[in-house]
Amino acid sequence: MFKKSISTFILFLLTISYAYGDKVKVGMITTLSGGGSGLGIDIRDGFALAVKDEPNIEIISGDDQRKPDIAVQLADKMIQSDKVDIITGIVWSNLAMAVVPAVVNQGKFYLSPNAGPSLLAGKKCHKNYFNIAWQNDNLHEAAGGYASSAGFKNSFIIAPNYPAGKDALTGYKRYFKGSIENEVYTKLGQTDYAAEIAKIRASNADSVYFFLPGGMGIAFIKQFSQAQVDLPLVGPAFSFDQGILKAVGNAALGVKNTSQWSKDIENAQNKKFVKDFQSAYGRLPSLYASQGYDTGKIIVSAMANASIKDMDAFREALKNAPSQGFKSTRGKFSFSSNHHPIQDIYVREVVEENGTLTNKLISSGLVDHSNFYVDQCKM
Amino acid sequence: MSLQLFIEQLLNGIQFGFMLFLMSAGLTLIFGVMGLINLAHGSFFMIGAFSASFVAGLTGNFFLAILASLIFPALIGITVEFSIIRKLYERDHLDQVLATFALILIFSEATRYIFGAFPLFLDIPNILQGNILLPGEIVYSKYRLIIIIIGLFIAIGLYFLINRTLLGIQIKAGQNDRQMIRVLGINISRLYTIVFAMGAALAGLAGALIGAIQSVEVGMGEPVLILAFVVIVIGGIGSIKGALIGALLIGVLDTMARLFLPIFFELIMETSQALSLGSSLASMSAYLLMALVLIFRPTGLFGKK
Repeated sequence: MFKKSISTFILFLLTISYAYGDKVKVGMITTLSGGGSGLGIDIRDGFALAVKDEPNIEIISGDDQRKPDIAVQLADKMIQSDKVDIITGIVWSNLAMAVVPAVVNQGKFYLSPNAGPSLLAGKKCHKNYFNIAWQNDNLHEAAGGYASSAGFKNSFIIAPNYPAGKDALTGYKRYFKGSIENEVYTKLGQTDYAAEIAKIRASNADSVYFFLPGGMGIAFIKQFSQAQVDLPLVGPAFSFDQGILKAVGNAALGVKNTSQWSKDIENAQNKKFVKDFQSAYGRLPSLYASQGYDTGKIIVSAMANASIKDMDAFREALKNAPSQGFKSTRGKFSFSSNHHPIQDIYVREVVEENGTLTNKLISSGLVDHSNFYVDQCKM
Repeated sequence: MSLQLFIEQLLNGIQFGFMLFLMSAGLTLIFGVMGLINLAHGSFFMIGAFSASFVAGLTGNFFLAILASLIFPALIGITVEFSIIRKLYERDHLDQVLATFALILIFSEATRYIFGAFPLFLDIPNILQGNILLPGEIVYSKYRLIIIIIGLFIAIGLYFLINRTLLGIQIKAGQNDRQMIRVLGINISRLYTIVFAMGAALAGLAGALIGAIQSVEVGMGEPVLILAFVVIVIGGIGSIKGALIGALLIGVLDTMARLFLPIFFELIMETSQALSLGSSLASMSAYLLMALVLIFRPTGLFGKK
C-alpha cells in the first residue's frame, strides 16, 4: 500500500513536471564563420546559456555563412529531416526575408533574435513570427529623438545603400526635428570613407548620424576620428558593441549611441545574465548575446505554460510570456499586436572602465516604444 | 563645391589607387609569370593586417608591425608555393581557381580559429594622426599622404627591379616564354617562389596599411581582391605599368563618382531618387570602366596583343 502510494506520488510528480514536457527542437541558423560571425556566435552563446538547464530543449545549429541561399537550405533541412518546432538565430535582414516566410508558412515558429525588417512587421507579418529584438527602425528612431533633444539642428546622415540602410535613415528622420544637411548612401561593405568624411568636413552640419554595421562602422569611426572633424557623432548600438569597441579603440570614446539593452540596466535578470555570461564564456556579453538569451528564456517560459504539440496554445504562451514568468534582461518588455517588442530604448555613451571601453547608460530615449508598422499588419 | 574639396577628393582617389596597386602588382606578376589565377591573394592582405595587429599589440611599435606585415605573408607565401601552388602551374585555370578558393577558406577559418571572430585593433601611431596643411589651404590626412608616398616608392622600386636587375629580366623572360628560360638553365622554380613571395608581401603590406584605418577582420581581403582583378584586367594582365595606371584610374574614378554622381542626378530628378541612383551607379563605375576597356581593348590598356 505504502509502496503503491509512493509510486503513485512519484508518477504524479512526473506528470506535473512533464505536464508540458514534450521535447522542443530548436533550429539555430546563424552566422558562425567568415565576416560577421562574431554576431552569430554571441546570439548562439546567449541562447545556449538561457536554455542550458532545460533538458527538454534540443538545439540543432547550422552556419549560414551570411548567405541567403545557405540559410534557406538549412531551414529546409531542419524542418524536413530534423523535424524542428522552432527556428531562430538569423542575424541579417536579407537572410531573414529569405527564410522566415517559408518557415512560418510550413507551420513552424520563427523567433527573431536580431533582424526586424519592416516588411515582416507590416504587410508580411505572420502569427507564427515573433521578434524578440526590435523592429529595424527602432534604434534609429531613438537616435533621431536623442539628436533633437540634444539640440542638434542640422544632421549629416549616412548609411549603406540597401533596404536596412534606408529603413535606418527613415527611422532617424521620423523622430529628428531638425533639418538634414545631406543624406549619403554608401556601397554595402565599403570600408574607405575618405570621400564622405571630406564632404562632412565641408558641410554646415552640426551633427553626424551613421548606420554602418560591422566592419564598415569600425572603419568609419576610426577614419572620422583620425580626420579630426570636430562634430558630434551619433549611431545605433551596433557600432558600439563590446566586440567592436575593442577594434575601434579610443576613437569611440564619448560617442552617444542608442540601444534597447545595456549591461548596466538595473534588474535582477540582467545582473544574472551578465555574470553568468562572463563566467561561461570569459568575455563581456553584447547586445546580440542579450537578444539570444531573451529568445531562449521566452521559449523556456512558453514551454512551462503550453505544449509545443498544440500550436495555438504555444503561440498564446509565447505572446503572453512577458506576463507569465519571462523576465527580459532589458526590464520592461511586452509584445505589440504584430509580435514585436514594446520596450524602452536608451541612450548610452562610450566610456572607459578599468581600462576597457564599454557603454554607460545616460538617459532613456524612447519609453514604451512600439513600432510604426503595427497598423499595416493584418494577422 | 570648393576647389579644396575637389583636390582633397582627388588625393583620396590617388591614395585608394595606390592601395589597389599594391594588391594588383603581385596579382598581375603571378598571373603574368606563372600563368596562375590566385584567388587566395586576398588572404595575404588579411594575413598582413592580422600579423601587423598582432605585432603592434605585442610591441606597441607600428613600424615593427609594418615590417611583420611584409615578412609573415612572404613566409606563408613561400610555404604555400612550395607545398600547394607548385602543383597547379601545369593544371588548367579551373583547377587553379578551385584550389586557391579552397585556400581562402582554409586561411579564413584558420585566422578565425587563432584570433577569434571579432575584429582586431590596429591604429596609426600618434605622429601620423591628424591632418597636414598642403599648399593651397588643402587639409589632408597625414597618414593617407604617407600611403601615397609609400605606394609611389614601391612603384618606382618595382620599375627598377623589372627593368634594371637580373631578376627583372628573368621575370620578363618568364612572362614571354616559360619553356625557353627553363632551357636556358635558369632555376625557374626558384624564380616562381620569389615572385610569389614578393606578391604576398606587397598584399600583406597593403593589408596592414589599410587595416590601420579600417577594420582588421576575417574576410577583409576578398572585396579588395575583386577590385584588384578589375585593375589587372583594365591594365592588361602581366603588366606592372598597367596595374599602376589601372589602379589609379579606378581609385580616382570610384572616389569622384561617389562625389559627383549624386550631385549630378539631383539636377535632373527628385532628391531621394537621385541619391539612391547616384550611389548605385557610383558603386558600378569600376565595372563599367572595365566593360568599356574590354570592348575597345580586350587585352587591357597595356596588355600584349
